[in-house]
Amino acid sequence: MTSVGTIPAHGRALRRPPPKRESGPIAWLRANLFGGVHEAVLTVLVAWALFLIVTALYEWAVRDAVWFTTDSLVCRRAAGACWAVIVEKHRVMLFGTFPYEEHWRGVVVIVTIVGMAVASGFRRLWSYRLFVAWVVALGVVLVLQLGGVFGLAPVDTNQWGGLPLTLILFVGTVVGGLPAAVFLALGRRSNLPVIKAACVAVIETVRGVPLLTVLFMASLMFPLFVPPELTIDKLLRAQIAMIIFFAAYGAEVVRGGLQAIPRGQHEAAQAVGLTYWQTTRKVVLPQALRIVIPALMNDIIRAFKNTTFVTIIGLFDVLGATRAALEDLNWQPYALEAYVFIFALYFVFCFSMSKYSEDVERRLREGRNY
Amino acid sequence: MSSTTVVRTRRRRPPPKRPPLSPSGLWHNVGFRGVLYQALVIVLVIVAVVYLVGNAQEAMTALGIATGFGFLVEESGVAIGETVIRYDPDDSYTRAYAAAVLNTLKVSIFSVVLATILGTLLGIARLSGNWLLAKLSALYVEGFRNTPQLVQIVFWYTLVVSMPPARQALSPLEGVYLSNRGLNLAWPVADPVHGWMALAFALGCVGAWGSARWAGRRRRRTGRPFPVVGWGVALVVGLPLAAWLAGGAPTAMEVPEMRRFGYRGGLALSPEFLALLLGLSLYIAAFIAEIVRSGIQSVDREQIEAAKSIGLGKFDIYRKVILPQALRVILPPAAAQYVSLSKNSSLGTLIGYPELFNINNQIVTLSGHTIEAIGIMMAVYLTISFTISTAMNLYNRAIQIKER
Amino acid sequence: MRNPGERATDVTVDRIIELRDVNKWFGDFHVLRDVNLAVARGEKVVVCGPSGSGKSTMIRCINRLEEHQEGTIIVDGTELTDDLRDIEKIRSNVGIVFQNFSLFPHLTAIENLTLGPVMVRREAEHEAEARAMALLERVRIPEQAQKYPGQLSGGQQQRVAIARALMMNPKVMLFDEPTSALDPEMINEVLDVMVELANEGMTMIVITHEMGFARQVADLMVFMDEGEIVEQAPPQEFFANPRSARTKLFLSQILTH
Repeated sequence: MTSVGTIPAHGRALRRPPPKRESGPIAWLRANLFGGVHEAVLTVLVAWALFLIVTALYEWAVRDAVWFTTDSLVCRRAAGACWAVIVEKHRVMLFGTFPYEEHWRGVVVIVTIVGMAVASGFRRLWSYRLFVAWVVALGVVLVLQLGGVFGLAPVDTNQWGGLPLTLILFVGTVVGGLPAAVFLALGRRSNLPVIKAACVAVIETVRGVPLLTVLFMASLMFPLFVPPELTIDKLLRAQIAMIIFFAAYGAEVVRGGLQAIPRGQHEAAQAVGLTYWQTTRKVVLPQALRIVIPALMNDIIRAFKNTTFVTIIGLFDVLGATRAALEDLNWQPYALEAYVFIFALYFVFCFSMSKYSEDVERRLREGRNY
Repeated sequence: MSSTTVVRTRRRRPPPKRPPLSPSGLWHNVGFRGVLYQALVIVLVIVAVVYLVGNAQEAMTALGIATGFGFLVEESGVAIGETVIRYDPDDSYTRAYAAAVLNTLKVSIFSVVLATILGTLLGIARLSGNWLLAKLSALYVEGFRNTPQLVQIVFWYTLVVSMPPARQALSPLEGVYLSNRGLNLAWPVADPVHGWMALAFALGCVGAWGSARWAGRRRRRTGRPFPVVGWGVALVVGLPLAAWLAGGAPTAMEVPEMRRFGYRGGLALSPEFLALLLGLSLYIAAFIAEIVRSGIQSVDREQIEAAKSIGLGKFDIYRKVILPQALRVILPPAAAQYVSLSKNSSLGTLIGYPELFNINNQIVTLSGHTIEAIGIMMAVYLTISFTISTAMNLYNRAIQIKER
Repeated sequence: MRNPGERATDVTVDRIIELRDVNKWFGDFHVLRDVNLAVARGEKVVVCGPSGSGKSTMIRCINRLEEHQEGTIIVDGTELTDDLRDIEKIRSNVGIVFQNFSLFPHLTAIENLTLGPVMVRREAEHEAEARAMALLERVRIPEQAQKYPGQLSGGQQQRVAIARALMMNPKVMLFDEPTSALDPEMINEVLDVMVELANEGMTMIVITHEMGFARQVADLMVFMDEGEIVEQAPPQEFFANPRSARTKLFLSQILTH
């Protein structure tokens, strides 16, 4: 040891790698699972419970399961899961009551929407062209679903169903709801008391009631309020209800972003002579929307999950179509398996959206461009 | 300086009157534009309302339905499967509403409690140093958050009704029967001692609170600690226990008995209630877990270091530094989840749980008073939502950190 | 004025803090390299050096907010190990003041002060409050006792933080850049309190770039760079003729400001 008070020659201490700590699986286990007596007991108990659950699940879902059969009696004799119900009913679950020989159109719709959604995830592609591409894509989707042109057999919206319907409702809600949310949020921050009051009333009322009641109003009350000559499609009414609901929630998110923009930004924009709308469009919104992307993604994921609510007013989205498929008494006992399948389906969509949103959030936090 | 002497004091005076608007400049005047836009909105709203109400009245007269809330006193004829209060289809619509609202509140309150407990545990588990626990909690959160609640509710319902029939009910414990009729539990036979026990419990709570306050004062005065927790538990548990012993310690349990149409006696939870309870609480628990986790994480690392540096132990750091700060971050989003939970109790309608939305649908069908019924339903939901958020706001304001 | 050879630490008996060949890594990054430092009771040490040189890490190791991986740290005769009892003992003997104050925002100034004594030492609250008020007088903000940290200026918050550390009657006070987060006009009110504390004989290790303060109170100047102690010397010598080129460069940079 250097005697105290003497001055060590600098540069004497060399840089060197850290001493070898205990590494390898044993050290990892000690650090993360068996740190102390309590910890070890907890780990053993949890692992034991997990083992019981996993083996039971394995026996049910894999070992004793029936995978392929067209005869439900085969399933009845088996002790495990009957995945055959999915094989047997997947067409109904995925496309609802859409005419059987036209299901290819549904497939194209699914591919188009999923493809566009994936493309929209890339920041590089955000431009005017992407917007045009969406307009074209939605046009294609509507043509394919409605038919009646280009030699496609016309299909009534009553017959729409399954995953295409779920995706259309979802995209419609987001595409219609986002601009509405922005306008409601701007209105709520307006200096004009009447406009502000109107926006507050809409936002707070819609947020205070269940989505179901909004859907219910659209399907039951709306027809009473318009002249009998004017009938609006049931699907469209549901779509409008979902847009309104999404917009009210989205408005609060956008408002949070607007509030985060410092006053100086408004003043600087006014100082260079921009009008209210120019300031909003060119200065305030671009910044505000950027901050709220993660929060908006939460709302968007919720909108996807909420498409299932239309089942209750009698539309055949994936959940509704699945319930319809299970009306078949032969296969009804295997409803759980069918629901497990649609869980997986919804999970794939929601999980990828939530991972994407986490990624955006991380980039924003790190101050990278987004 | 000589110039200062020249400056005269200026008298205060009122601001000048605004110059009158010239008709030519009117269109370009900021104030006038604002008023114009707003007037336009008001006129549009009025026109729309008049038009819509006119249409509705025409439609109603065409259908021969009288408008108004008079129907509420009429006999409803609505059948409600399970109720908290005594209810009969002969009763009025008002009573049907009351029964439905109570069912909604019942399932919501139980779900909120369950979701809070489970969510808090999951949130803490996710931050625990135990790898297995943290990963399982993450798995739970991702799984339940990323699938639709309605599918979950339907799934739980399907699971409950695909349990064995009542005669072969699963009975993991004595007096617990899980069958396609729901969950039936043995329950103590009503006994006058129970009343005394409730009284003793209340006394115990008051006593525990009082002793905690007294102990706090004494500690402040003398610094001598007092085992507050031990005494509190002893009072809250001990007094009812003593009352039970004094009352002859009645142990009679009413065990559910198999009858022709299912179980009789004991405590019965219907499949609908059970499935909705699970569907609401397990889903919201995943969100609460995330809220709790981020609340705890929101507390600055330096706060914990500062607490360590003045010698606080792990438990005290949690109780005195992390929790009070985390709670302020947790409460507002948690309140939003509670509101969402109570609103989504309306999803019970799909599995036939007789909550407000479901019963309201039947009332609409039976009475034909669509507009009034929907109005009542919306008013009830709004009241529930606003009550929760107002209560939470008040509490939140009370505990908010003062700055300036 | 003392000569270099007269430093109290030459008398080996009264060392209150001793670091011997301390090494620490963050992952693969070698943050502390063979750090040797001894501080005698009552001595004031000022540590300076460019950011990222390991100054903070070193004093955080002394309070066991960070763990060192090699070498020995002895505080008041107790060696820092994983033993929880030792850590608790050392923490109550060593107070630390952070750059960002780290007051508890949900507690008033006086509650910040009494939390430790009441919770850890089971001190009677009124006694703790009386001591707290006395300390707040000492840092000259008794009138702010009932305010919350958010209602105080940075300088006031830092003085509360110093008082909070003093509440535990520490034998050593560590200061981690106590003035670098402050507006210029508030720096002196904090430094004055620290000078007073130094004059009362408190053992102090202060990381700061306030060289006026260093000249006034320091018994020993320590210059750190890239995780090692490049130079340690009494202030006269340190400022008048620094030996290492790195110290010279650093001093020229901060003194020309």
